[in-house]
Amino acid sequence: MSASGSPVISARGVRVRYGDREVLHGINFDVLHGETVVILGGSGSGKSTLLRALVGLEKPSSGEVLVKGTDLARATARQLDAIRKKIGLSFQGGALIGSLTVGENIALPLLEHSDLAPSTIEVMVRIKLEQVGLSGFEHFSPSQLSGGMRKRAAIARALAMDPEILFFDEPSAGLDPIMAAGMDDLILNLKKAYAVSIIVVTHELASAFLIADRIILIDRGNILAAGSVKEIQQSTEPRVRQFLDRIADSTADDEVDHMRLFTEGIK
Amino acid sequence: MPVAVLSRIGARAERTLAYLGGVAELVGMSLRALPFSTLKRGRSVQRAVHQAMVVGVRAVPIVTLITFFVGLIIALQGAYGLQRLGAMQLVAGLVAISITRELGPLVAAIVVIGRSGSAFAAEIGAMRVTEELDALKTMALDPVAFLVTPKLAAMVIMMPCLTIWSDLMGIMGGALFGVTDASFTLGSYFIATREALAIRDITTGLAKSLAFGIVITAVGCYEGFSTGEGAEEVGRSTTSAVVISILLVVLIDLTFTYLFYSARPAV
Repeated sequence: MSASGSPVISARGVRVRYGDREVLHGINFDVLHGETVVILGGSGSGKSTLLRALVGLEKPSSGEVLVKGTDLARATARQLDAIRKKIGLSFQGGALIGSLTVGENIALPLLEHSDLAPSTIEVMVRIKLEQVGLSGFEHFSPSQLSGGMRKRAAIARALAMDPEILFFDEPSAGLDPIMAAGMDDLILNLKKAYAVSIIVVTHELASAFLIADRIILIDRGNILAAGSVKEIQQSTEPRVRQFLDRIADSTADDEVDHMRLFTEGIK
Repeated sequence: MPVAVLSRIGARAERTLAYLGGVAELVGMSLRALPFSTLKRGRSVQRAVHQAMVVGVRAVPIVTLITFFVGLIIALQGAYGLQRLGAMQLVAGLVAISITRELGPLVAAIVVIGRSGSAFAAEIGAMRVTEELDALKTMALDPVAFLVTPKLAAMVIMMPCLTIWSDLMGIMGGALFGVTDASFTLGSYFIATREALAIRDITTGLAKSLAFGIVITAVGCYEGFSTGEGAEEVGRSTTSAVVISILLVVLIDLTFTYLFYSARPAV
């Protein structure tokens, strides 16, 4: 799938504050239709906050996030719902509703937002589960699944409404290398099978290089580098090299100081 | 020094008012979701019925046991004084009025706080920690409409029902004493009870129970939504939900009792 046309997502000078501490310092980028963008960054870089801002869970203190041309911060509840029906988000821990079975979780958006007959929904649930390699698990409760299976079930739920934009929050975090590779394959397959834009937030370099059309490297709330996989890999910028070559900060204090930015503003 | 004390009192009062405002706002949002929710009506009713089973029907055995014993205790305590006055025949009326006007609704409310108010806070708090609330939002499902409205509907119906049952069981507890230790037959005890009770005694208790149901749901859910990060916070919310609900229930009880006392018919 090649990227084309006008951007489906535009971040324009996005700043996010927690209390009196700013976590994102003005982020600008576009995601084109059909493009797979990986937002890469270390712990506490602000990449998860950026993801939350992109789906309207976090309100920027200034700047705007346009999804299909609509500014999320200014959208009415109805407009926001309309946009959210076109996006699918796979959370890091799955975030499956614990009181529902896996099948009911996937059926939930379809039951609430469509007029499909229950038998059709049942078939769709089976198809989505098959796509993520979880056939036959519809009657399991989320707590009976392993971490990797929960992530796959969450992807099936994100796919339920046939979204135009798919978000993944740390898809391979906490998985063993084999399961993580399986997750990368799954994302690549989805990329081929659906005409969707995909945004993946991760800190896994190998996975980012494999699935991305474009990488945006976030560091301490700023975009450090953005470009194709090749451009990022060939970057000579010292901080980019440090991240790619996995070199620890010279003193732990840098990291501690930076983490304070996040913790002090809260409460 | 007095300024510091006053400012501390002021700050505490402000926090208390903000808390009550938040709880009231949640009730408002939940009621607004009743007719205007984007969620499907049929499925909301289904969720409310499920909640009614959990908060109401499954509380029946424990409410039965506790109010039966409370009725028996009131009879024993009452008989202690009435015997000296040679007015043992008044024990049925004493039990009936204490139970229907006060202890029936109060004991039912305290059982429901322990069983359901705490469970609401824990359920919603855990959902917040595991990002399930965010998942609902990204699926364009309003967490208040999805979680609070069915609980509120169930409680508004089940609290008065439980209170009627609680009244009946309390009277049965009194009857056990009446038949075994006072010179009543089961028939004469119930006739004495009926003669002592005015319909007003029962409606007073039911009006209270309705208010208790709304407060217990609102506080439990509000505490759930205001849970911070981590499992420890879920425990804190659950504890607060129980403590604050008990306090508010007693305050509402006092207010209602005072109002009913002020508006009593002239003798």
